[in-house]
Amino acid sequence: MIDRFRYIFIGFMVTFLWAWCGLVLLPVWGLGNFQQASDPDTGELVPPELTALEQRGRDLYVSYGCMYCHSQQVHPARARTDIERGWGSRRTVARDYMNQGIAQLGTMRTGPDLANIGVRNPSDTWHLLHLYNPQITSEGSTMPPFRFLFEKRPVGGEGPSPDVLNLPEEYAVEEGYEVVPSDDALAIVAYLKSLKLSSYEVPEAEAARIDSKMP
Amino acid sequence: MTNAPSDSASRPTKSDTEESLRRRLEIDRAARWPVGIFIGSSLVWLVLGSLIAIAASIKLHDPEFLADHPWLTFGRVRPAHLNAVAYGWLSTCGIGIGLWILSRLCRVPIEDHRSLALAAVLWNMGNAVGIWGILRGDSTAIEWLEYPVYAAPFLLVSFAFVLFTAINLIRKRAPGHIYISQWYIMAAFFWFPALYFTAHGLLVLAPVQAPAQPPINWWYAHNALGLWFTPIGLGAAYYLIPKIIGKPIHSYYLSIIGFWTLAFFYAWNGMHHLIGGPYPAWLITASVVASVMMFIPVITVAINHHFTMVGHFRDLLYSPTLRFVVFGAMAYTVVSLQGSLTAIREINHVTHFTHYTVAHAHLGAYAFASMVFFGAIYYIMPRLLEREWPSRWLIRLHFWPSAIGIALYFVVLSWGGILQGLELNRGTTPFLDIVARTIPYLEWRSVAGTLMTIGHLALLASFIWMLVDRRQSGAQPTLFAERKPSTGAASVSS
Repeated sequence: MIDRFRYIFIGFMVTFLWAWCGLVLLPVWGLGNFQQASDPDTGELVPPELTALEQRGRDLYVSYGCMYCHSQQVHPARARTDIERGWGSRRTVARDYMNQGIAQLGTMRTGPDLANIGVRNPSDTWHLLHLYNPQITSEGSTMPPFRFLFEKRPVGGEGPSPDVLNLPEEYAVEEGYEVVPSDDALAIVAYLKSLKLSSYEVPEAEAARIDSKMP
Repeated sequence: MTNAPSDSASRPTKSDTEESLRRRLEIDRAARWPVGIFIGSSLVWLVLGSLIAIAASIKLHDPEFLADHPWLTFGRVRPAHLNAVAYGWLSTCGIGIGLWILSRLCRVPIEDHRSLALAAVLWNMGNAVGIWGILRGDSTAIEWLEYPVYAAPFLLVSFAFVLFTAINLIRKRAPGHIYISQWYIMAAFFWFPALYFTAHGLLVLAPVQAPAQPPINWWYAHNALGLWFTPIGLGAAYYLIPKIIGKPIHSYYLSIIGFWTLAFFYAWNGMHHLIGGPYPAWLITASVVASVMMFIPVITVAINHHFTMVGHFRDLLYSPTLRFVVFGAMAYTVVSLQGSLTAIREINHVTHFTHYTVAHAHLGAYAFASMVFFGAIYYIMPRLLEREWPSRWLIRLHFWPSAIGIALYFVVLSWGGILQGLELNRGTTPFLDIVARTIPYLEWRSVAGTLMTIGHLALLASFIWMLVDRRQSGAQPTLFAERKPSTGAASVSS
């Protein structure tokens, strides 16, 4: 009795494959083979590749699911206020993501966009304090604290470690203890500081800037 | 035309011959173990997924809640919730419902029910490994595909058994009409592995270059709902509504139009999740157009489901199955029309990146798909176990908190999301003010989620009671209220 059902089955496959060609095959062809371009001013290849430390930070960003609250895409000015908010100087274009390995575009803005956080806030101390407890730097934030990425330990005989986290008084730990960031925390901060997605002179940058002007 | 009575285990009607009754019993007994395991285990995932959801929801307004363990950070419990309910609850239950309806409509018992029961166990192992993987930090952070790579083999091998079983049922089906529910369910069983194979392969196993990932991600994520949960939900609704009210579907031809337009347009959806993103306009516009074209299948299905109900709305007072399924069918109309509108760029500019989208997703996955599946469970289980549901009070304790919970959830979160979107688009509003503004809505969301969880606990309690209490066999069907013989719906209770 497969006979009559065969035609229906062909229909299932035709409707499916037709959309598959459009939304899977064409994007893979058209958006999956970007090459680095050379910056017209400096001659450097952009966008740059992630260092090993930044890659490790990226993997932790993925593992802790930062993407569920933070997008990494700057939208053109005609629709949203991303540019006005200072989240980037131009919209992001596809090539900007080519060395990211895992695209973390995100679909939610419970927190602010991070596409260019490395440009907007290059301070290690700020990022470490913010990771340890977001209330220290951004009171009223609903971001969870990542205290488990820090180690609380007794201060050693030769005084505080060089990488100790300088907590403000109200967040300080007991006397005789100090808080130091783990390697994971440092890797995440290195990754965040590398995020300068729409800050490079890729060939599409000029057109993207025009698209990003206020209407 | 089988004119089965509502909600009761197979009892004879005039049109049933001795032979067809015996056949039906044979079908249900063959399905008992595999379908029973699929449905029963899905309820465990439902409750687990709900508890994780409450934790995630509380975290959004109280960031210190369960904050000191990396396994329980928001960015892990959120995907753990989504995957527990998408693959643990909806997919597991959907497979069970789909196979049972196919088996009934093909009038063939499931042949190798031992292997299929084993597949059900394997499927659950895949989910357990996947959730564990997410919590321990191996999430892929690809929305709807967060299960780490080592969970996929369990799911794919298990699904191969499911597909094999479904194809066998179709091959050996009794001669005669192919029902629309068979189309929908068979299509879902073909589309799901095709979607999953493609997306898992190109995003997790051998990832394509990063810029090409989000389009594939959203083609998959949107179609997991559109070409997997939706056809099973619609197939189940198409089967259950006529069965319970004892009247054929409003229009056979409309159901065919509805099916093919759904297949044709839904598959092109997804890119509207990337509006404003770094992609060519044609790609996004293709999905916007396809989304708006979804008006056609949605309206044809709406006419078919709702017009079939005309004259039978009183039955909603009695039949738990009908009440859940009609709630779901109506939610399908609402969520689909809302989805078509949300895909339009001007509206999307406000709603994208906000809780509005989360509310919309729950209207689809819960108010539509889950509610239809609940109705199907109330219909199928008495037939599988040859015993009735133990308590109408527990069914009420399931329906009302679930229905009120999802309604509250949808209203507060949509409202909060729109405010959030409008403020995001006002460049002068400081970001932390927007965060503060959404908090009351997020708190109400936790209340709504707790209500829904109460409903799920009632369902699980009902299910377990039904399994252990053998005295129920042969009793009257468990309806919300005793049916008065004079209501003119005699055909229903026969």
